Amino acid sequence: MGVLQDIEKNYIRTDIPEFNPGDTLLVKVRIKEGDKERLQPFEGTVIKKRGGGVRGTFTVRKVSYGVGVERIFPVNSPALESVKVLSKGKVRRAKLYYLRNLKGKAARIKVKR
Amino acid sequence: MNRLRARRAEKVKKMIEGILGKKIGMTHIYSEEGAMVPVTVIKAGNFVVQRKTREKEGYDAVQVGFGEKKESRVNKPMKGHFKKAGTPCLYRVMEFKGTELDNYKPGALVNCADVFKVGDFIDVSGESKGKGFMGSMRRHHFSGGAESHGSMHNRAPGSIGSSSDPSRVYKGMRMAGHMGSDNKTVQNLKVVGIRAEENVILVKGAVPGAVNGYVVIKKALKK
Repeated sequence: MGVLQDIEKNYIRTDIPEFNPGDTLLVKVRIKEGDKERLQPFEGTVIKKRGGGVRGTFTVRKVSYGVGVERIFPVNSPALESVKVLSKGKVRRAKLYYLRNLKGKAARIKVKR
Repeated sequence: MNRLRARRAEKVKKMIEGILGKKIGMTHIYSEEGAMVPVTVIKAGNFVVQRKTREKEGYDAVQVGFGEKKESRVNKPMKGHFKKAGTPCLYRVMEFKGTELDNYKPGALVNCADVFKVGDFIDVSGESKGKGFMGSMRRHHFSGGAESHGSMHNRAPGSIGSSSDPSRVYKGMRMAGHMGSDNKTVQNLKVVGIRAEENVILVKGAVPGAVNGYVVIKKALKK
Protein backbone atom coordinates (compact mmCIF):
# COMPACT_ATOMS: atom_id res chain seq x y z
CA MET A 1 0.00 0.00 0.00
CA GLY A 2 1.30 3.44 -0.90
CA VAL A 3 2.19 6.00 1.72
CA LEU A 4 -0.62 8.32 0.60
CA GLN A 5 -3.30 5.68 1.06
CA ASP A 6 -1.74 4.74 4.37
CA ILE A 7 -2.02 8.33 5.60
CA GLU A 8 -5.58 8.68 4.33
CA LYS A 9 -6.64 5.45 6.01
CA ASN A 10 -6.15 7.02 9.44
CA TYR A 11 -8.71 9.71 8.71
CA ILE A 12 -11.47 7.69 7.04
CA ARG A 13 -14.43 7.19 9.36
CA THR A 14 -16.30 3.94 9.31
CA ASP A 15 -19.04 4.93 11.77
CA ILE A 16 -20.90 7.20 9.32
CA PRO A 17 -23.92 5.37 7.84
CA GLU A 18 -24.45 5.10 4.11
CA PHE A 19 -26.81 7.66 2.60
CA ASN A 20 -27.70 9.06 -0.79
CA PRO A 21 -28.99 12.31 -2.27
CA GLY A 22 -32.64 12.74 -1.34
CA ASP A 23 -32.27 11.24 2.13
CA THR A 24 -33.15 13.26 5.19
CA LEU A 25 -30.31 13.44 7.71
CA LEU A 26 -29.79 14.63 11.23
CA VAL A 27 -26.18 15.77 11.50
CA LYS A 28 -24.75 16.64 14.88
CA VAL A 29 -21.72 18.92 14.68
CA ARG A 30 -19.28 19.61 17.48
CA ILE A 31 -18.76 23.33 17.88
CA LYS A 32 -16.04 24.84 20.04
CA GLU A 33 -16.84 28.11 21.76
CA GLY A 34 -13.87 29.25 23.79
CA ASP A 35 -13.05 26.20 25.88
CA LYS A 36 -16.61 24.88 25.86
CA GLU A 37 -17.88 22.40 23.35
CA ARG A 38 -21.48 21.94 22.29
CA LEU A 39 -23.42 19.95 19.72
CA GLN A 40 -25.32 21.69 16.98
CA PRO A 41 -27.96 19.63 15.20
CA PHE A 42 -28.61 20.24 11.51
CA GLU A 43 -31.52 18.45 9.91
CA GLY A 44 -32.21 18.52 6.20
CA THR A 45 -32.12 16.86 2.81
CA VAL A 46 -28.91 15.69 1.16
CA ILE A 47 -28.76 17.46 -2.20
CA LYS A 48 -25.27 16.51 -3.26
CA LYS A 49 -22.44 14.09 -2.54
CA ARG A 50 -19.03 14.58 -4.10
CA GLY A 51 -15.50 13.29 -3.88
CA GLY A 52 -14.39 9.95 -2.58
CA GLY A 53 -12.23 8.55 0.17
CA VAL A 54 -10.86 11.11 2.57
CA ARG A 55 -11.90 14.05 0.36
CA GLY A 56 -15.64 13.37 0.16
CA THR A 57 -18.19 16.00 1.17
CA PHE A 58 -21.96 16.17 1.24
CA THR A 59 -24.36 19.11 1.18
CA VAL A 60 -27.45 19.24 3.39
CA ARG A 61 -30.25 21.70 2.64
CA LYS A 62 -33.02 22.80 4.91
CA VAL A 63 -35.51 25.65 4.91
CA SER A 64 -35.28 27.58 8.14
CA TYR A 65 -38.00 30.21 8.77
CA GLY A 66 -38.56 30.52 5.04
CA VAL A 67 -34.85 30.92 4.23
CA GLY A 68 -33.01 28.15 2.47
CA VAL A 69 -29.83 27.07 4.32
CA GLU A 70 -27.21 24.75 2.85
CA ARG A 71 -24.22 23.34 4.70
CA ILE A 72 -21.33 21.37 3.30
CA PHE A 73 -19.79 18.74 5.56
CA PRO A 74 -16.67 16.66 4.92
CA VAL A 75 -17.77 13.03 5.29
CA ASN A 76 -14.72 12.14 7.39
CA SER A 77 -14.51 15.26 9.54
CA PRO A 78 -13.87 14.58 13.24
CA ALA A 79 -16.20 17.50 13.96
CA LEU A 80 -19.17 15.33 13.04
CA GLU A 81 -20.47 13.79 16.25
CA SER A 82 -23.06 11.65 14.50
CA VAL A 83 -25.02 11.32 11.27
CA LYS A 84 -28.45 9.74 11.45
CA VAL A 85 -30.54 8.82 8.40
CA LEU A 86 -34.12 9.83 9.25
CA SER A 87 -35.68 8.75 5.97
CA LYS A 88 -34.66 7.49 2.57
CA GLY A 89 -35.84 9.59 -0.35
CA LYS A 90 -36.84 8.47 -3.81
CA VAL A 91 -35.13 10.73 -6.35
CA ARG A 92 -34.00 10.35 -9.96
CA ARG A 93 -30.96 12.65 -9.92
CA ALA A 94 -27.60 12.68 -8.20
CA LYS A 95 -27.61 16.45 -7.63
CA LEU A 96 -30.90 17.89 -6.38
CA TYR A 97 -30.23 21.50 -7.31
CA TYR A 98 -33.82 21.82 -8.55
CA LEU A 99 -34.97 21.92 -4.92
CA ARG A 100 -33.52 25.42 -4.67
CA ASN A 101 -36.19 26.73 -7.03
CA LEU A 102 -39.07 24.97 -5.30
CA LYS A 103 -40.74 25.69 -2.02
CA GLY A 104 -43.49 24.40 0.23
CA LYS A 105 -45.35 21.34 -0.99
CA ALA A 106 -43.46 21.20 -4.30
CA ALA A 107 -40.13 20.76 -2.53
CA ARG A 108 -41.18 17.51 -0.88
CA ILE A 109 -39.36 14.28 -1.74
CA LYS A 110 -41.17 10.94 -1.97
CA VAL A 111 -40.15 8.48 0.72
CA LYS A 112 -38.59 5.26 -0.49
CA ARG A 113 -40.33 2.10 0.67
CA MET B 1 20.59 38.45 6.21
CA ASN B 2 23.60 37.55 8.31
CA ARG B 3 21.78 38.50 11.47
CA LEU B 4 18.84 36.34 10.45
CA ARG B 5 21.16 33.47 9.79
CA ALA B 6 22.88 33.90 13.14
CA ARG B 7 19.58 33.94 14.97
CA ARG B 8 18.52 30.83 13.16
CA ALA B 9 21.78 29.09 13.97
CA GLU B 10 21.15 29.78 17.66
CA LYS B 11 17.81 28.05 17.50
CA VAL B 12 19.13 25.06 15.61
CA LYS B 13 21.56 23.13 17.69
CA LYS B 14 23.40 20.02 16.59
CA MET B 15 21.62 20.01 13.32
CA ILE B 16 21.96 20.50 9.64
CA GLU B 17 19.75 23.18 8.20
CA GLY B 18 18.01 21.14 5.58
CA ILE B 19 17.39 17.83 3.95
CA LEU B 20 16.65 16.46 0.47
CA GLY B 21 13.36 14.81 -0.36
CA LYS B 22 10.98 13.59 -3.00
CA LYS B 23 7.43 14.78 -3.51
CA ILE B 24 5.09 11.82 -3.22
CA GLY B 25 1.78 13.62 -3.69
CA MET B 26 -0.94 15.60 -2.03
CA THR B 27 -3.88 14.58 0.10
CA HIS B 28 -6.06 15.87 2.92
CA ILE B 29 -5.88 15.29 6.63
CA TYR B 30 -8.11 16.61 9.39
CA SER B 31 -7.06 18.79 12.29
CA GLU B 32 -8.38 18.05 15.77
CA GLU B 33 -11.02 20.76 15.36
CA GLY B 34 -12.30 18.99 12.28
CA ALA B 35 -10.88 21.35 9.67
CA MET B 36 -9.64 19.86 6.42
CA VAL B 37 -5.90 20.50 5.95
CA PRO B 38 -4.36 20.10 2.49
CA VAL B 39 -0.96 18.43 2.83
CA THR B 40 1.94 17.52 0.58
CA VAL B 41 3.66 14.27 1.42
CA ILE B 42 7.46 14.39 1.06
CA LYS B 43 9.73 11.40 1.42
CA ALA B 44 13.03 12.31 3.06
CA GLY B 45 15.78 10.39 4.85
CA ASN B 46 19.27 11.18 3.63
CA PHE B 47 22.66 9.53 3.76
CA VAL B 48 25.63 11.52 4.97
CA VAL B 49 28.11 11.37 2.12
CA GLN B 50 30.87 13.70 3.25
CA ARG B 51 31.78 15.92 6.15
CA LYS B 52 33.47 19.15 5.02
CA THR B 53 35.67 20.70 7.68
CA ARG B 54 37.23 24.10 8.17
CA GLU B 55 40.71 22.56 8.33
CA LYS B 56 40.49 20.68 5.07
CA GLU B 57 37.94 22.41 2.82
CA GLY B 58 37.88 25.80 4.53
CA TYR B 59 34.25 25.71 5.64
CA ASP B 60 31.92 23.61 7.78
CA ALA B 61 29.20 21.64 6.06
CA VAL B 62 27.71 18.22 5.64
CA GLN B 63 27.12 16.69 2.25
CA VAL B 64 24.02 14.52 2.15
CA GLY B 65 22.50 12.46 -0.62
CA PHE B 66 19.08 11.10 -1.41
CA GLY B 67 17.45 8.64 -3.80
CA GLU B 68 19.09 5.32 -4.59
CA LYS B 69 20.45 4.84 -8.07
CA LYS B 70 21.74 1.83 -9.98
CA GLU B 71 25.48 1.54 -9.70
CA SER B 72 25.83 1.09 -13.48
CA ARG B 73 24.39 4.58 -14.01
CA VAL B 74 26.93 6.37 -11.83
CA ASN B 75 30.20 7.68 -13.24
CA LYS B 76 33.50 6.52 -11.80
CA PRO B 77 34.43 9.55 -9.69
CA MET B 78 31.03 9.58 -7.99
CA LYS B 79 31.12 5.81 -7.54
CA GLY B 80 34.35 6.19 -5.61
CA HIS B 81 32.89 9.06 -3.63
CA PHE B 82 29.94 6.96 -2.50
CA LYS B 83 32.14 3.94 -1.87
CA LYS B 84 34.35 5.97 0.44
CA ALA B 85 31.32 7.10 2.41
CA GLY B 86 29.88 3.60 2.52
CA THR B 87 26.53 4.66 1.09
CA PRO B 88 24.54 3.36 -1.87
CA CYS B 89 24.78 5.37 -5.11
CA LEU B 90 22.48 8.36 -4.89
CA TYR B 91 20.64 10.63 -7.32
CA ARG B 92 20.94 13.94 -5.53
CA VAL B 93 23.87 15.19 -3.47
CA MET B 94 23.87 18.53 -1.68
CA GLU B 95 25.70 20.35 1.09
CA PHE B 96 24.04 21.90 4.11
CA LYS B 97 25.47 24.11 6.78
CA GLY B 98 24.61 23.79 10.45
CA THR B 99 26.02 23.74 13.93
CA GLU B 100 27.89 20.98 15.76
CA LEU B 101 28.16 18.92 12.65
CA ASP B 102 30.65 16.48 14.14
CA ASN B 103 27.77 14.13 14.95
CA TYR B 104 27.34 13.46 11.25
CA LYS B 105 29.58 10.61 10.19
CA PRO B 106 29.74 9.58 6.52
CA GLY B 107 27.46 6.63 5.81
CA ALA B 108 25.02 7.53 8.57
CA LEU B 109 21.32 7.99 7.85
CA VAL B 110 19.74 11.37 8.63
CA ASN B 111 16.06 10.83 9.36
CA CYS B 112 13.61 13.66 8.78
CA ALA B 113 12.47 13.32 12.39
CA ASP B 114 16.00 14.25 13.54
CA VAL B 115 15.94 17.53 11.60
CA PHE B 116 12.30 18.68 11.76
CA LYS B 117 9.50 18.33 14.23
CA VAL B 118 5.77 18.96 14.01
CA GLY B 119 5.03 22.70 14.12
CA ASP B 120 8.28 23.79 12.46
CA PHE B 121 8.22 26.19 9.54
CA ILE B 122 10.15 25.24 6.43
CA ASP B 123 11.03 26.54 2.96
CA VAL B 124 10.67 24.02 0.16
CA SER B 125 12.46 24.44 -3.18
CA GLY B 126 11.99 22.39 -6.30
CA GLU B 127 11.86 22.56 -10.06
CA SER B 128 8.43 23.80 -11.09
CA LYS B 129 6.39 22.00 -13.73
CA GLY B 130 7.32 23.00 -17.27
CA LYS B 131 4.61 24.91 -19.12
CA GLY B 132 6.35 25.36 -22.49
CA PHE B 133 6.09 28.56 -24.55
CA MET B 134 3.43 30.70 -22.90
CA GLY B 135 1.92 34.05 -23.87
CA SER B 136 2.17 37.16 -21.74
CA MET B 137 -1.28 36.66 -20.23
CA ARG B 138 -0.41 33.27 -18.78
CA ARG B 139 3.25 34.03 -18.07
CA HIS B 140 3.05 37.52 -16.57
CA HIS B 141 -0.66 37.87 -15.80
CA PHE B 142 -1.20 40.62 -18.40
CA SER B 143 -4.85 41.54 -18.72
CA GLY B 144 -5.04 41.27 -22.53
CA GLY B 145 -7.53 43.11 -24.66
CA ALA B 146 -11.25 42.85 -25.32
CA GLU B 147 -12.48 39.52 -26.67
CA SER B 148 -15.20 40.93 -28.94
CA HIS B 149 -16.76 44.11 -30.38
CA GLY B 150 -14.30 44.05 -33.27
CA SER B 151 -11.24 44.06 -31.02
CA MET B 152 -8.17 42.52 -32.58
CA HIS B 153 -6.12 42.94 -29.39
CA ASN B 154 -7.37 39.71 -27.83
CA ARG B 155 -4.39 38.15 -26.03
CA ALA B 156 -1.67 40.46 -27.40
CA PRO B 157 0.79 42.06 -24.95
CA GLY B 158 0.34 45.69 -26.11
CA SER B 159 3.08 48.26 -26.38
CA ILE B 160 6.62 47.20 -25.52
CA GLY B 161 8.13 50.69 -25.41
CA SER B 162 8.56 54.08 -27.09
CA SER B 163 9.58 54.83 -30.68
CA SER B 164 12.80 56.48 -31.96
CA ASP B 165 13.85 57.38 -28.44
CA PRO B 166 15.23 54.92 -27.20
CA SER B 167 14.70 52.96 -30.46
CA ARG B 168 15.26 49.69 -28.70
CA VAL B 169 13.37 47.47 -26.29
CA TYR B 170 14.51 47.70 -22.70
CA LYS B 171 16.10 44.61 -21.19
CA GLY B 172 13.86 42.57 -18.96
CA MET B 173 10.70 43.57 -20.86
CA ARG B 174 8.04 41.04 -19.92
CA MET B 175 7.05 39.11 -23.02
CA ALA B 176 5.94 35.66 -24.12
CA GLY B 177 8.44 32.86 -23.73
CA HIS B 178 9.30 29.69 -21.91
CA MET B 179 7.54 29.25 -18.58
CA GLY B 180 8.11 26.77 -15.81
CA SER B 181 10.95 24.27 -15.25
CA ASP B 182 12.77 26.75 -13.03
CA ASN B 183 13.75 26.53 -9.40
CA LYS B 184 11.06 27.90 -7.15
CA THR B 185 10.88 28.18 -3.37
CA VAL B 186 7.75 28.29 -1.28
CA GLN B 187 8.45 29.89 2.09
CA ASN B 188 7.01 29.36 5.56
CA LEU B 189 5.20 26.09 5.08
CA LYS B 190 4.19 24.37 8.30
CA VAL B 191 5.13 20.81 9.17
CA VAL B 192 1.87 19.19 10.28
CA GLY B 193 3.01 15.61 10.61
CA ILE B 194 6.03 13.32 10.59
CA ARG B 195 5.90 9.59 10.06
CA ALA B 196 9.27 8.56 11.38
CA GLU B 197 9.08 4.87 10.46
CA GLU B 198 8.56 5.73 6.76
CA ASN B 199 10.72 8.89 6.82
CA VAL B 200 7.86 10.98 5.51
CA ILE B 201 6.99 14.62 6.25
CA LEU B 202 3.51 16.10 5.87
CA VAL B 203 3.64 19.77 4.90
CA LYS B 204 0.63 22.06 4.87
CA GLY B 205 0.09 23.46 1.37
CA ALA B 206 1.62 22.87 -2.02
CA VAL B 207 5.29 22.60 -2.97
CA PRO B 208 6.85 23.26 -6.40
CA GLY B 209 7.21 20.52 -8.96
CA ALA B 210 5.56 17.36 -10.16
CA VAL B 211 5.01 14.16 -8.21
CA ASN B 212 8.30 12.23 -7.83
CA GLY B 213 10.24 15.48 -8.25
CA TYR B 214 13.18 16.17 -5.97
CA VAL B 215 12.81 18.99 -3.44
CA VAL B 216 15.08 20.71 -0.93
CA ILE B 217 13.59 21.27 2.51
CA LYS B 218 15.21 23.93 4.67
CA LYS B 219 14.42 25.61 7.96
CA ALA B 220 12.32 28.68 7.23
CA LEU B 221 14.48 31.74 6.63
CA LYS B 222 11.92 34.25 7.83
CA LYS B 223 10.52 32.55 10.93
